[in-house]
Amino acid sequence: MSHEGGMNLTLKVWKQKNSKTEGHLETYPVSDISPDMSFLEMFDVLNEKLISTGKEPIAFDHDCREGICGMCSMHINGRPHGPKGGITTCQLHMRSFKDGDTIVVEPWRAAAFPVVKDLVVDRSSFDRIIAAGGYVSVNTGNAKDANNILIPKTDADDAFNAAACIGCGACVAACKNASAMLFVSAKISQLSLLPQGQIERTSRAENMIAVMDEEGFGNCTNTGACEAECPKEISLENIARMNREFFSAKVLANKK
Amino acid sequence: MSSKLNSKIPAGPIEQKWSEYKGHCKLVNPANKRSLEIIVVGSGLAGASAASSLAEMGYKVKVFCFQDSPRRAHSIAAQGGINAAKNYQNDGDSVYRLFYDTIKGGDYRAREGNVHRLAEVSGNIIDQCVAQGVPFAREYGGTLSNRSFGGTQVQRTFYAAGQTGQQLLLGAYSALQRQVGMGAVTLCARHEMLDVVMIDGKARGIIARDLISGKLESHFGHAVLLCTGGYGNVFYLSTNAMGSNVTAAWKAHRRGAFMANPCYTQIHPTCIPVSGDHQSKLTLMSESLRNDGRIWVPKKEGDTRAGNTIPEDERDYYLERRYPAFGNLVPRDVASRAAKERCDAGFGVGKSKLAVFLDFAAAFERYGKVEANKKGMHSPSKEEIIALGKDVVKEKYGNLFDMYKQITGENPYEVPMRIYPAVHYTMGGLWVDYNLMTTIPGLYALGEANFSDHGANRLGASALMQGLADGYFVIPYTIGEYLADEIRTKAIPTDHPAFAEAEKNVQDTIDKFFSIKGTKSVDHFHKRLGKIMWDKCGMARNAKGLTEAIGEIQQLRKEFWSDLRVTGDANEFNPELEKAGRVADFIELGELMCKDALHRNESCGGHFREEYQEDGGEAKRNDEEFKYVAAWEFKGVSDWELNKEELNYENIKIAARNYK
Ligand SMILES: Cc1cc2nc3c(=O)[nH]c(=O)nc-3n(C[C@H](O)[C@H](O)[C@H](O)COP(=O)(O)OP(=O)(O)OC[C@H]3O[C@@H](n4cnc5c(N)ncnc54)[C@H](O)[C@@H]3O)c2cc1C
Ligand code: SF4
Ligand code: FES
Repeated sequence: MSHEGGMNLTLKVWKQKNSKTEGHLETYPVSDISPDMSFLEMFDVLNEKLISTGKEPIAFDHDCREGICGMCSMHINGRPHGPKGGITTCQLHMRSFKDGDTIVVEPWRAAAFPVVKDLVVDRSSFDRIIAAGGYVSVNTGNAKDANNILIPKTDADDAFNAAACIGCGACVAACKNASAMLFVSAKISQLSLLPQGQIERTSRAENMIAVMDEEGFGNCTNTGACEAECPKEISLENIARMNREFFSAKVLANKK
Repeated sequence: MSSKLNSKIPAGPIEQKWSEYKGHCKLVNPANKRSLEIIVVGSGLAGASAASSLAEMGYKVKVFCFQDSPRRAHSIAAQGGINAAKNYQNDGDSVYRLFYDTIKGGDYRAREGNVHRLAEVSGNIIDQCVAQGVPFAREYGGTLSNRSFGGTQVQRTFYAAGQTGQQLLLGAYSALQRQVGMGAVTLCARHEMLDVVMIDGKARGIIARDLISGKLESHFGHAVLLCTGGYGNVFYLSTNAMGSNVTAAWKAHRRGAFMANPCYTQIHPTCIPVSGDHQSKLTLMSESLRNDGRIWVPKKEGDTRAGNTIPEDERDYYLERRYPAFGNLVPRDVASRAAKERCDAGFGVGKSKLAVFLDFAAAFERYGKVEANKKGMHSPSKEEIIALGKDVVKEKYGNLFDMYKQITGENPYEVPMRIYPAVHYTMGGLWVDYNLMTTIPGLYALGEANFSDHGANRLGASALMQGLADGYFVIPYTIGEYLADEIRTKAIPTDHPAFAEAEKNVQDTIDKFFSIKGTKSVDHFHKRLGKIMWDKCGMARNAKGLTEAIGEIQQLRKEFWSDLRVTGDANEFNPELEKAGRVADFIELGELMCKDALHRNESCGGHFREEYQEDGGEAKRNDEEFKYVAAWEFKGVSDWELNKEELNYENIKIAARNYK
C-alpha cells in the first residue's frame, strides 16, 4: 500500500575506475527512499543526484529489471543479490530495508570475473564455457518433426529446471573457491537429461570442464553456498549429475 | 505505390510463392561463401538465429550486442509462448488459418506474401528448437503441449512455463556459441553500433564503440543485418529492457533506410502500474490472467476505499458491461483503451488513480465450489470454499501472484490486483522487402526491428515466431539473392575514406555531448520525452495533441542539445554516454511517430485516433484512403518524405473487427 515518508540510508559502494586500478569503498548518504522503489531504482536516484552535482555516477550492470536476463550482479551486505533468497538484485525492493540502515554494495569477486568498472564485471568466461560444448550440434534445417522425439514429462521438467539458469554468476560470487560448478552443471544436466543431448554427452562434459578450469574458476568443495544464493534455485543435484557425467567421460576416454 | 518501393513479392498463388522462390533464388557456392563477410547487429532471437544459420552455411559472420553476453538480449524476457501451425491438437489449425488470424489480428495492415511465408515456416521453428534441446512443456505421453492465446480459436501456442523467450533464446545462443567455438563467428559483446558505412550506395560495414575501452572501431561486411529489436522505450516507461533502443535502426534511417508505420505501438492492458516518480520500467502480468480475473472500477468517482471492502453493487465491471460477448477477453488494444477511459473519467484506483482492479474473488469462489464438490464436502463454509479456490488459482498463476507481491508489497490473494496498460511492442520499424532488405542495398532488418508481418497490431506469441522465422528460415535463402552478385567484391579495407567519414561522424556526436556541459541528465530528457509521447501519441491520439507534441518534441530537442550534462569521458566504460546517444535518437524518432500518427486519419489496431471512431467508441478504419504502408524517408532533421506501399488483399476478404 502507500507509504508516507521515505527512508534515510547510508550506502558504501565499491568504486573502481577499471580493471587496472585499485578500488575502494565510497560512502554515499541517500535520503527519502520510498519502500516501493526497487534496489536499482534507489541507485538511479543516487546517480541522478551525483550527476546533478557534477560527480560521476556509479556504474552497474542491469537490463531487463525483472529477474530474467542475468545482467544485474550486486553483492549486497555480503550476499550476492542481497538479503532475500530466490530473487535477483533487480527484484529486490527497498521495503526489505529499514530507515537508518547501512548497506555495503560490492561487485562479484572472482579471478575469472575481472572488474570492468565499479560494480560491473566481465563474465565472458561463461560464454566461452558454453562455446566449448554447451549445445547440441544440429544445423538449421536438419530437424525432424518435433513430436518424433517423445520425452517423458518428468525428464522435460527436470531439464527445464536446470535450463532456468540465467548465467548471472551469483553462484561463483557466493563460493569461497569461486567455483563455476553450479552454472556448468546446470547446462550439462539439461542436455544429458534429454535424448537430443546423448550423442555428445561425453565430449560435452569434458570440453566444458576443461575450459572452466582454464578460465581460472576454483574447485568445488561442496559447501552448498552456490545453491543457497542462486536466484533461480538451481539445485546441487546438478553438480552430482555432472560429476557422474564427467567421471564416465573420463573412464571412456581412458578406455580408448 | 511509390517508385522508390519495390516489395519484390514473388508472383503466383500465395501458397506457392515461397517454395517457388526457394526453387529459383540465386545461390552462392561454398568456396565463395568463405570469402563473404556478414555483420549481424543484435543477438536476440532474430540475430542469434540468423548468425548461427549463416555461419553454418559457411559465411564469415561477426555478431554485435551491447549487453555483456549475447544471451541477455531482450528476447530473454518473453513469457507466454510461440505460435506455430502444427495442428498437434487436431483442432483445425493450418497454415492458412495462422496466416488469416495474423492478417486479421493486424487489422488488415500487413502484407499477405510475408505473412503467409511466416505461417509456412512456423512449424520448422518448433522442430529446430526441439532438436537443439529447448525444453518445451510436454504432456504425460511425452508429446508437446499447447495453450491458447488471444485472437485465435485454436491451441497453437508452444511454451516453456512462463519463460518461453528465455528457453528459445538460450537455444539460439547455444547454436551461436557453437559457431563461435568453431571460429566461424566472431563475437563482439559490449559493442554498440553507431553508424552504417555506405560505399557506392551499398551498406559495407558499421562503426561500433567498444563499450569498455570507449574506442571506435570500423568493421567491414559484404552485407549488414540489423536485428536490434523494438523501440518501445521512446515512451521511457515500457515493458522493454532498460537498454532497448532505436539507435541502430535510426542511424540506418538517417543513411537512407525508410521507417515504416512508426506510429503502430502495442499497449498491453495488464501491467503493474507506476508506483511513483522513481519508476524505471514496467512489468507485464501475463495476458492469461484475464481468463480468470474480472476487471472493474468503483461506480463512485474518486472512491478511495480498499478494493475488497467495496460492495458488489458499487462496482462497475466495465468490460463485461461494454463488450458482453467477449467480456474480459477483448483484444489488447480494446482492453487498454477501456481502462484509460475509466481512469481519465476519474474512476481509477490506487494512490495514483491510474489503475483498475483485476479481481480473482469470483474465481476463488467458483473453483472452490468445484473442488468442494470433488472432495464430497456437504455444506462447506464460505471460508473453506475460498481457501480451496485459492489453491487452484495458485497452481495456475502462482508465479505471477508472487511477482506481483514482490513488486507491490500487496497480497493479491487478499486484495484485488491493480493493473494499468503499458507500452509493450512496436509493430512499426525499418521498411523491408520480401527479402528482408531495407531500402539500402545490402542492409537487412530482421525481428522486431522491421515492420513486416504484424500490420497495425501483433497477436500474442507471434513476435518470437517472427524473429526465429526471419533468422533461421528466411534470411539464409534471401541473402543469396544479393550476395551471389557480390562474390567478386573483395573485403574493403577499413582505411577506405567512407569508414573514416562515418567514424568522424560518430566521434563528432560524442564530442558534442561532452561539450554541452549543461545542467540536466539524460534521464531528465528521456522522462520528458516519454511523457509527451504517452500523453499525446499513446493509447488514444488526436490531431490537436499530435500537433502540440511535434512542437514540444522539437523544443525538447533544442533543450537537449543545449542543456545536457554527460559525466565522465569517452575513453572509458560510460553508461551515461551510451544513454545520451540513444535518447538523442529517440527524440528524433518521437517526432516522426507523431507525424505518422497525425497523417493517418483513421483508427486501426494499436493506432487509435479519437476523431475516427464509431458511435460506440470502436476503432474506425478507412481502407479507401489508408490501406497502405507509410514508409518515411529521412530528408533532414524534422523533414521527411512519405512513400506509400499499397497493400493488396487477394486471398483474404477485408472486414471490420467487432467484439461486442
Ligand atoms: C515482457 C515481454 C514479454 C513478451 N512476451 C512475448 C511472448 O510471450 N511471445 C511473443 O511472441 N513475443 C513476446 N514479446 C515480444 C518479443 O519478446 C520481442 O518482440 C522479440 O523477442 C524481439 O526479438 P529481436 O531478436 O527482434 O530483438 P531483441 O531480443 O530485443 O534483441 C535486440 C538485440 O540487438 C542488440 N542491439 C540493439 N541495438 C544495438 C546497437 N546499436 N548495437 C549493438 N547491438 C544492439 C541488443 O544487444 C540485442 O542483442 C514480449 C516482449 C516483452 C517486452
Ligand atoms: S546457477 Fe544460479 S547463480 Fe549460477 S549463474 Fe545460474 S542462475 Fe546464476
Ligand atoms: S536486470 Fe535482468 S535479471 Fe536483473
